[in-house]
Amino acid sequence: MIEMQDVQKTYPNGVSALNGVSITIEDGEFVYLVGQSGAGKSTFIKLIFREEVATSGKIEVNGKDLLNMKWREVPLLRRDIGVVYQDFKLLPKLSVYENVAFALEVVEESPRHIRKRVMEVLDQVGLKNKARFIPDELSGGEQQRVAIARAIANYPKLLIADEPTGNLDPDTSWGIMKILEEINASGTTIIMATHSKDIVNTIKRRVIAIEGGLIVRDQHRGEYGYEA
Amino acid sequence: MTLASIAAVTTTLLLVATFLTIIMNINHIANSIEEDVEIKVLVDVTATEEETEQLGDELNQLEHVESIVFSSRDEELQNLMTSMGDQGSFWEMFEQDNPLNDVYVVKAQNPQDTEMIAQEIEGFNRVERVNYGQDIIQSLFTFNNFARNIGLVLIIALVFTAIFLISNTIKITIYARRKEIEIMKLVGATNWFIRWPFFVEGLLLGVLGSIIPIAILFSGYYYLNHSAGLDQFDFIQILPYHPFVWQLSGIVLLIGASIGIWGSVMSVRKFLKV
Ligand SMILES: Nc1ncnc2c1ncn2[C@@H]1O[C@H](COP(=O)(O)OP(=O)(O)OP(=O)(O)O)[C@@H](O)[C@H]1O
Ligand SMILES: [Mg+2]
Repeated sequence: MIEMQDVQKTYPNGVSALNGVSITIEDGEFVYLVGQSGAGKSTFIKLIFREEVATSGKIEVNGKDLLNMKWREVPLLRRDIGVVYQDFKLLPKLSVYENVAFALEVVEESPRHIRKRVMEVLDQVGLKNKARFIPDELSGGEQQRVAIARAIANYPKLLIADEPTGNLDPDTSWGIMKILEEINASGTTIIMATHSKDIVNTIKRRVIAIEGGLIVRDQHRGEYGYEA
Repeated sequence: MTLASIAAVTTTLLLVATFLTIIMNINHIANSIEEDVEIKVLVDVTATEEETEQLGDELNQLEHVESIVFSSRDEELQNLMTSMGDQGSFWEMFEQDNPLNDVYVVKAQNPQDTEMIAQEIEGFNRVERVNYGQDIIQSLFTFNNFARNIGLVLIIALVFTAIFLISNTIKITIYARRKEIEIMKLVGATNWFIRWPFFVEGLLLGVLGSIIPIAILFSGYYYLNHSAGLDQFDFIQILPYHPFVWQLSGIVLLIGASIGIWGSVMSVRKFLKV
């Protein structure tokens, strides 16, 4: 699914965020990405769906070579990847329904398929009854669930979540984790950056720890390993 | 802002249409005069028949010549008398003692070569004089080049102003939709999917801007063609109303649309690099 070899990323301002990362992530895995603030977790994630381009090394996602990819091939890569952001990135003027439908309209699905699929994923995240609400009328956890619904609407093979529980209270966070586990159980690979010691130590999965732009630990059913 | 950019396109196209009308018509007039330009080679009156024939042979050897017609002094006199009409009878007294020259009328294949050929002929034996309408043509071409250069500079400056205004108008729309575009890109929209609404907006601005210039072209050129009295001088033949107005309208519309599209494409470009 994902294969990185000696990946380096230096931002245009000279900050070196990743300094030689090599890793393999298989289909269907559930991976936590941990590490202190500024370690390079978000950078790692952005490289996978090519929001950022690596400076050197080799990245392969779904068999596609990301460093030698043309601009017009990027949309096709992204259609196989769902992304959930810490700040949700919902459009404030659109309803919950429209926010999710948007992701399917962009890939030019038929209107009939869109109607059916949007209600399906809203049901999956438990928001079927709030389809007409706008984001401002929802709680943080509900907004995060809309973002997840949008990310999975197009049946991605890979779901990436950058601190999906970052701004949420513990109860709500567990709700989000339950949804992510279900999605993973249905075969979708999940990569999740997190600062939550509780979650990582309770729902035991593979843990990849990043420090100073390097992978310092890679454990199956690992621990969080930092003081919360 | 929207209105300003439509107005900019309108102004640009009005000038484009005016300049093209002037330039194309002067060109047309110059060409039609030029088409008729002949080199009259006046054979020396003292030349013998043989020498005259020899000169004819030499002329026949010239390159880039379309036709050579010989006209004897008697024919020349006859032509003169006919062309003078009533007053032609005055020339009858010369019938016995014709003062005119034998003439070779030479036509260049390419009117532009007329001067060169004429100069070459001047050096031939037994040539008294060479006449051709070099002055009119030269000044027409000089004026046309001058008008064309000024027009081009002005038009290019205006086109860029219009493109700039349109791209700014569209940038405002894009700015408002920046977040939407970013998310579209992140969920896998192709650049064209994002670009086309702006493309259409630019196209629309361009087309709206060309309505007034085209209307003015249709009525203005009609006036020029029918009521300005230009048709009384048959040496000035401006381009006929049809198909000229249609062709020029097509050009105006095309330029308007290109300005609009260019402006919009330019302004979207940097927002697509996500
Ligand atoms: N767009 C950017 N331009 C320049 N430097 C950047 C950019 N994004 C991140 N960085 C730098 O790269 C380093 C790694 O940042 P990154 O966002 O990957 O960390 P992180 O592990 O996600 O941190 P956090 O846990 O706080 O989200 C930091 O030093 C950061 O300042
Ligand atoms: Mg981060």
